[in-house]
Amino acid sequence: MKFLRRFLIRLSNFAAKRSADQRLQEEIAEHLAFQTEENLRAGMSSAEARRQAALKLGSAEAIREHHHAEQSLPFFENLLFDLRYAVRMLVRSPGFSFIAIATMALGVGATTAIYSVIDATLLHPLPYPNPAELVRIQDDLSGVGAHNVGISVPEWRDLQSSGIFQSVSVSGTGADVNLTGSEQPERLSYKHVTPNYFAVLGVDAQLGRTFDPHDATPGFNLEAVISDEVWRREFGADPHIVGKALRLDNDDYHVVGVMPRGFRDLGSTSEERKTETWLAAGMAGLPFPPPLRGTRQQGRAVARLKPGLSIAAAQGHLDALVESLKKQYPAEYPAQAAWTVRLSPLSESVVGSVRQSLILLFGAVGLVLLISCVNVANLLLARASVRGREVAVRQALGAQRTRLIRQFLTESLLLFLLGGIAGFAILFFTRKFLLGLIPESLPHLSDITINWGVLGFALAVSVAAGTVFGLAPAWLMSRSDLIGTLRQEGRGSIGSLGRSRARQILVISELALSLVLMVAAGLLLRSFWDLFKVQPGFNPDRVMAIQTWLPGPNDPSADIYRSATQESVLLREILRRSRTLPGVEEAGLGDVASLPLGHSHPSQLPLIREGIETMDNEAPVIDGPIVSPEYFHLLGMPLLRGRLFNDQDLEDTPQVAVINQAAARTYWPNQDPLGKRVLLRLDSRETLSSAKPAWTMIVGVIADARTESLADLAIPQIYRSVYQRPIKDLAIFLRGQLDPIAISAQVRKQVQSIDPELPVFHAVTLDDVLSTSLAVRRFSMEMVAFFAATALVLAGLGIYGTISFVVNEQRREIAIRLALGAQRGNILKMVLRRGLGLSAAGAGLGVAGALIVSHLMAGLLYGVSPTDLPIFAGVTLVLTTVALAASYIPALRAMRLDPITTLHSE
Amino acid sequence: MKEKPDVLQGTLALMVLKTLELLGPQHGYGIARRIEQISGDLLDVNQGTLYPLLLKLEHEGSIASQWGASENNRRARFYRLTAAGRRQLQAETRDWEQTAAIIARFFKVKTEDLA
Repeated sequence: MKFLRRFLIRLSNFAAKRSADQRLQEEIAEHLAFQTEENLRAGMSSAEARRQAALKLGSAEAIREHHHAEQSLPFFENLLFDLRYAVRMLVRSPGFSFIAIATMALGVGATTAIYSVIDATLLHPLPYPNPAELVRIQDDLSGVGAHNVGISVPEWRDLQSSGIFQSVSVSGTGADVNLTGSEQPERLSYKHVTPNYFAVLGVDAQLGRTFDPHDATPGFNLEAVISDEVWRREFGADPHIVGKALRLDNDDYHVVGVMPRGFRDLGSTSEERKTETWLAAGMAGLPFPPPLRGTRQQGRAVARLKPGLSIAAAQGHLDALVESLKKQYPAEYPAQAAWTVRLSPLSESVVGSVRQSLILLFGAVGLVLLISCVNVANLLLARASVRGREVAVRQALGAQRTRLIRQFLTESLLLFLLGGIAGFAILFFTRKFLLGLIPESLPHLSDITINWGVLGFALAVSVAAGTVFGLAPAWLMSRSDLIGTLRQEGRGSIGSLGRSRARQILVISELALSLVLMVAAGLLLRSFWDLFKVQPGFNPDRVMAIQTWLPGPNDPSADIYRSATQESVLLREILRRSRTLPGVEEAGLGDVASLPLGHSHPSQLPLIREGIETMDNEAPVIDGPIVSPEYFHLLGMPLLRGRLFNDQDLEDTPQVAVINQAAARTYWPNQDPLGKRVLLRLDSRETLSSAKPAWTMIVGVIADARTESLADLAIPQIYRSVYQRPIKDLAIFLRGQLDPIAISAQVRKQVQSIDPELPVFHAVTLDDVLSTSLAVRRFSMEMVAFFAATALVLAGLGIYGTISFVVNEQRREIAIRLALGAQRGNILKMVLRRGLGLSAAGAGLGVAGALIVSHLMAGLLYGVSPTDLPIFAGVTLVLTTVALAASYIPALRAMRLDPITTLHSE
Repeated sequence: MKEKPDVLQGTLALMVLKTLELLGPQHGYGIARRIEQISGDLLDVNQGTLYPLLLKLEHEGSIASQWGASENNRRARFYRLTAAGRRQLQAETRDWEQTAAIIARFFKVKTEDLA
């Protein structure tokens, strides 16, 4: 209290520049007068009386200083003095200040930009309360190499009652549904979820309610929760929306609630997070399969742990539960399948694959920041030598070393902070443009903002960098050799040994860091180029895909496209009409899983081979796209053996399938797969046709194609014909001279003239799909390349500065050598050797660092080894060339030195 | 030059307060003089150090000051104890006496008393 009062008074005195000096002077004068009188009375002479009075009082100056320090806040006062001085110094050498501030603006701006991306993705991946409690539950059958096989309804109930979780929800990974009854049939993305889904996430509706977590309806309970966006777009933000009907796939739901604006659903793709409608279902009644232990839901199980329970502890309880269930149901969980249930933090699965790329980018940008800092530190040191005399004079006048360090630190902090603020300002004003550079497939793209937290980060980075990289130059600057410097008659150009060693270390580390970045960029560039040039195994040229969605009402008997035979009428008509469209040469059909590189969730089916597996939960899983016979020719996927589908393969003829080479190699090694029979159970469509699944015979083998990922050649695929398996998610493939803008409307017109209830959406060219699939890679490659180029420029500037400085320092020595008859070529060589030495040291260190980094980023590489010799050699060569070129200019200057003028001027 | 003991240095503020309590409003010289008289040579303080201390006490609210006329009719700054200062003085006196009593007891104890 007392302390606070004193502090506030001093602060106000400081702010108002209120001085008590006048008062003190008067008091002291008074004091001396009293004492002198006293002394006179004691019999001293008047001169002696005054002298003794002054002695007794003590040093008036020291008292004044103490008094002033008590009156005001000397720390802030000095800071203000230092700042004022620092600003004057900045203004006095505008070139230096500009370069230093611009360098830091680049470093801090780039780091902050990447940080803002990471802040939205890695740091805040889950926009829900208490996100640490949220876990993902995955079932693995590691004994048969099957992972994330989905959870069955009885297992879900076991988990619910296990006491480990507050609640466990199961949801689909998202699908489409047709909203009919409005002007134009709309396709909404929906998710079916267990009624406790929103309770698990901990989010409530803004209007109405979410689902009742205790609802026990086995199938769909015909309640719908809609997103804020749908509410506004489709219903004009109708405040009385709750209770209204929503006709989805010919079923009547009623709206019970509207989610708040900005609510993002779970999911690793932006598509999935933009879910527009949620439908609650118990997943145990129609249209879901009967709730058997072995019937696994293809979905996602997300749970909220009991408060205070760690994931490790929960996993321990869960393992015990799994063991007891295995004993209880030995038939459903055979030992060789090795059923396990795994918990992982939900935040991890949300960010998923881009995590590595983002960390790489952050690492790269961190290196750029480091190089910028080193460069500025180098500049500060260079200036230190110019200011050597100033320092020496101030020291001679009695300035304390700590005081000098404080002042230099203030200067460098000011530089770094100005740079940071400039970088942030540039970032802020170019944010729209920069966000446009980020690929759309990046999760949480829309959550990226330049907010206060980001500003705080930029300032914190600037201050930290300013302190770390300002302290060393400040320390070295304050350590100047007083006598030596002053003796040099005002030139003060010869820096201390420590200072020039510090500069060399800085330049070497700069070169090393930029070599690391360049190697990383080179490896990414090679990977990207290889992927770009890779033969995808299918021909995307001039192919477009347009999607539609056939309604799938909850009651199968109401489905007019229930069987393949019923559906084939529609499909053949769509194909016939599509071929008549202008420019179309070929047309084919498939489901979304058959869309090359264009789907995020392959539909995985257990593959039960005749005579090998006996139960579907022991089976490996395989991707099973469904296509029309024209698909393979249209995409240029050649048949290797056997036959493709033909018009005789219908619903009532034996089921046939075509596999790719990878499937043949993996599942029938050293055997002829033709004629082998398989079952593909657990097909969610299975329940729509109640007939018992018959064996499917393999009739053909096609060449491998990279339809799942350009980086993966051999992913087993089993294709079946659309005329034998009805599908809901229909993709129409067209090849020809197509007009990408008009085609959507043309196809919509044709499709809706057959069935006006069908929505038509998502027209894309396969070339676009291909480049989108590389977008994140391209983005990180471009960014790292940009950072590497920046680093190279900065390193070049750094070595240029250092060598120029060395030449300047040694110009007297060089002049003497020249005067004594040294060859100018030798002088050139001498300087260049210096540059070469620095770059060799930098390259050596850099190669070592790059080897570590390249192994860390091996997961991001494709087709190139982390120790790729050409890249390492090439990068080292480029760096050395730049370093030599940068040294060449000062070397030339040294060579052309005129000995007479130089020696005279010194 | 011998360093002054820290304890005495730290209690200078207490002495100032006590002096003001005893003598009423005083100017700087008066306070210095009084402290000198009582402590004699033991407390060889430069009289000037008093002034920053007075300012500190004033900032803390223990004393207040104003200009006035001295006994020989000269302008001087007079310091007086405030209510808060009086309370502080009481509290510190109590503390000081307690400490002194404890120390005194320690010094009185002889070996046979502990047996």
